[in-house]
Amino acid sequence: MTTSTAPTIELKPYTKKELVGDMPTWCPGCGDFSILATYFKLLEKRQIPREKITSIAGIGCSSRFPYFVNAYGVHFLHGRAVAFATGVSLSRPDLHVCVFTGDGDAYSIGGNHLTHAARKNIRMTLIVMDNQVYGLTKKQTSPTSPIGFKSKTDTTGAIDHPINPMKQLIAAGATFVARSHSHLPNHVAEVMDQAISHDGFSVVEVLSECTEFFPGAFDAANPRKGGKFELVPKEHDVTDEAAAYKLAMADFPGYFGVFMKVNRATKNALEANLIKETQAKIGIATPQDLLQKSFDRFA
Amino acid sequence: MTENMSGSTTGASGQPVAPDKKSIQDVVIRFAGNSQDGIQSIGGFLARLAGRTEKDVMTYMTIPATISGGASIFQVRLGTGDVLSAGDEVDILVAFYQHSFKDNIQSLRKGGILLFDSDNVNPDVNDAKFRSVGVPITSRTVEAIGGTAKDKGKNMFVLGLVARTFDLDVPKLEAMLQSYFKGKGDDAIRNVMNAFHGGYSYDIGKLMETFKFVPPADRAGRKKVVTDGNQAIAYGALAAGIRFGAAYPITPWTSVMEILRAELPKYGGMFVQAEDEIAAVSMACGASYAGHTALTGTSGPGLSLKSEAIGWAVMAEIPLVIVDVQRGGPATGLPTNVEQSDLNIARNGSHGDAPRIVIAPGSVEDCFYTTVEAVKLAREYSCPVIVLSDQALATRVEAWEMPDFKTCVKDISPTFEPRGPGFKPYENTPSGIPSHAAPGTPMVDGRYPIVTGLEHDEYGHPASRPANHVMMVAKRRRKLQMLALKLPPPEMYGPPEGEALLLGWGSSRGPIREAVDQARAAGEAVSAIHLRYLLPLQAGIQEIMQSFNHIFVVELNDRGVHGYGQLGGIMRAMYCDPRIRGINKTDGLPFKVREILAQLRQRLPTVPTAGMD
Repeated sequence: MTTSTAPTIELKPYTKKELVGDMPTWCPGCGDFSILATYFKLLEKRQIPREKITSIAGIGCSSRFPYFVNAYGVHFLHGRAVAFATGVSLSRPDLHVCVFTGDGDAYSIGGNHLTHAARKNIRMTLIVMDNQVYGLTKKQTSPTSPIGFKSKTDTTGAIDHPINPMKQLIAAGATFVARSHSHLPNHVAEVMDQAISHDGFSVVEVLSECTEFFPGAFDAANPRKGGKFELVPKEHDVTDEAAAYKLAMADFPGYFGVFMKVNRATKNALEANLIKETQAKIGIATPQDLLQKSFDRFA
Repeated sequence: MTENMSGSTTGASGQPVAPDKKSIQDVVIRFAGNSQDGIQSIGGFLARLAGRTEKDVMTYMTIPATISGGASIFQVRLGTGDVLSAGDEVDILVAFYQHSFKDNIQSLRKGGILLFDSDNVNPDVNDAKFRSVGVPITSRTVEAIGGTAKDKGKNMFVLGLVARTFDLDVPKLEAMLQSYFKGKGDDAIRNVMNAFHGGYSYDIGKLMETFKFVPPADRAGRKKVVTDGNQAIAYGALAAGIRFGAAYPITPWTSVMEILRAELPKYGGMFVQAEDEIAAVSMACGASYAGHTALTGTSGPGLSLKSEAIGWAVMAEIPLVIVDVQRGGPATGLPTNVEQSDLNIARNGSHGDAPRIVIAPGSVEDCFYTTVEAVKLAREYSCPVIVLSDQALATRVEAWEMPDFKTCVKDISPTFEPRGPGFKPYENTPSGIPSHAAPGTPMVDGRYPIVTGLEHDEYGHPASRPANHVMMVAKRRRKLQMLALKLPPPEMYGPPEGEALLLGWGSSRGPIREAVDQARAAGEAVSAIHLRYLLPLQAGIQEIMQSFNHIFVVELNDRGVHGYGQLGGIMRAMYCDPRIRGINKTDGLPFKVREILAQLRQRLPTVPTAGMD
């Protein structure tokens, strides 16, 4: 959109310290701390102007994220952050749009919006902090909870076949899909960095332990806890959807790394192009001219 | 049909009228056929012609809710005075098929003319209530087009017949037809013109009288445009400066988004078709937050779905324009019928105390200006504004004055002036109006604002402290109380005192005014006020009501279990006036003038009794 770019202000380089917002309300040991620290590290490295950073979240523990970042932030409705972010991203090509959410917000109530933002390839980075439980509301079953997980809504153990987020995201057509684990912050940084660089709809599904309501959920992938952190094989072709899906089908704990990375025109670019072509066809015209022309047809 | 009662053969301006032509001021013509017959085209061309020849026009049409097939009618009222409604009774019924005759004959007034396709219709010619004029429309059309058995073009033949009957401006009509069919190929234009001339050259004068409109009184004014209500809303949004919109298709809102989708790129903007109603309003919230006040729209079902997000925009104090083109409810209801039953949800929809602005246009012209105003108010008060249109306004065509684009076009692009230090987006000022900084705005002290749906303090940080919530709820309500003080008093139609006051809103304005005209002509002291602002309400309503003995709120919704209609209930709650009663209707059709008068006259002598009147 032609009038939507804010001037970039020259500020002296900032450090992580300047990015610190409110004191996080997460429990000690929460996996989300690691993602917050990683985000600060990446922003410091990239020096994206702070007034251009826009963090958007839904509802849940992980969705408190924007309060903890000293930049522009929005706390929207449960499940609707991606749709809100779509409005921001499409109307403001100059902003860095990052969405922070959890498994309930993204895969339950927000599932449909994920699918469509992915297929339209809306430019944004989505970080899903998946703890396989509803933490903020104090331990209900989540769409990613494993069968048998005892929660307050499944006191005898969860019975529903869980969603496989990686399969879902690949099938939806997301152009960058990666998986990481909050206990391995270097890996988180590596994939998140790639996600931010990718021009399109980038998703990182991060296993992020809820120490309060589902402790140890991801120990099986944590080498420090005796688990195996299996990386996506080096020979994996990130443009091969079927291969990515096959990786996604692996039993828990599964693979970690970049599953999909393809280039496809973003809706942002397609719409901008539509505007350019349309305006080229009609020539220079003020809104008054355009409206008068339309109304002369109605006269 | 109002005839020139002078009995002379000169019209109002002294011009001689052809002796065989009856002088008339307005006429109501109903075309009844099937949905594939191009009924709407005939009405559309007549309406456009009316606007170009300084006649007023109002139209009414039904479309079946199915995708193809089914009966379709189009009613057009043309007049050289002010046309206020689409007409209670039909003067001329043009029936294409037997069922068109059977289903619509009761709408023809006594002494009216049934013009039927003698190839398809067998009316009861002995019925003395009306006059029958048979024309072999189908066979003559086939003849005129030449050779093929196709009867497509019947509608153009009928247009020619009507042009002949009413001595319409043929060169102007021909020019319109040429222009409209230009892109459809030479064959199409030739067929259209042949069919039209076939009808025009048919000697209808041998079967019935022909008419000529009384020339209009000198109305020096701007050129007129002819549009429907949805077009007026779409172009109003463009004039108001909207450059981002998102919505989901739903009858009868859809044509607004189709126009905006096609037009916005010309203005450097975009319109997104979202995956569902909630995504649409969420995208609009995002764009508004990011600095481009956005528009979304829907009908009843979508407004229900959008409630939560509307509440978010109230809490976060973000500008948002939501257009609701009302239709029959509840649930899926009557997708192609008119109703005014979303008033309560527009005013209150969303949990919690979530005050917002609600305005309702009363005419097609008003649709344009109300949308422009909605955008302005949304930005000024940083809150959602709901524009309550309806199916009748959306689909009816009216002639109205060409807007002055030099004055009504606005530029609402975001500016990014630096803020701070200590920027407080939600400062508890006397006006209650917040200060919003779109992302990209530099903060001189390096502290950035957060926007949230949680209750928050003046900086936007979540706060559940008791005193804070009291303050914030009061602040969000107070800013609208400030608006209420600035609203103009309601427009009075008729003297400011009398026996009965009709109170209305939305698309019923025309029939209500016509009811006042007719009642006053019969010596009854009836006046009307029409509300444009439904939240906040305009001041002065109570004072006006005091000067009348009876108050009737006229609206297309149900009285409800304990109530008096939706606006009626609101009026009673606001003013605690037991004299307020409702004139309500839920048949999915616009008010006929006689329906309003019948209810009024029947209930005037009775004393209102609580609830059961």
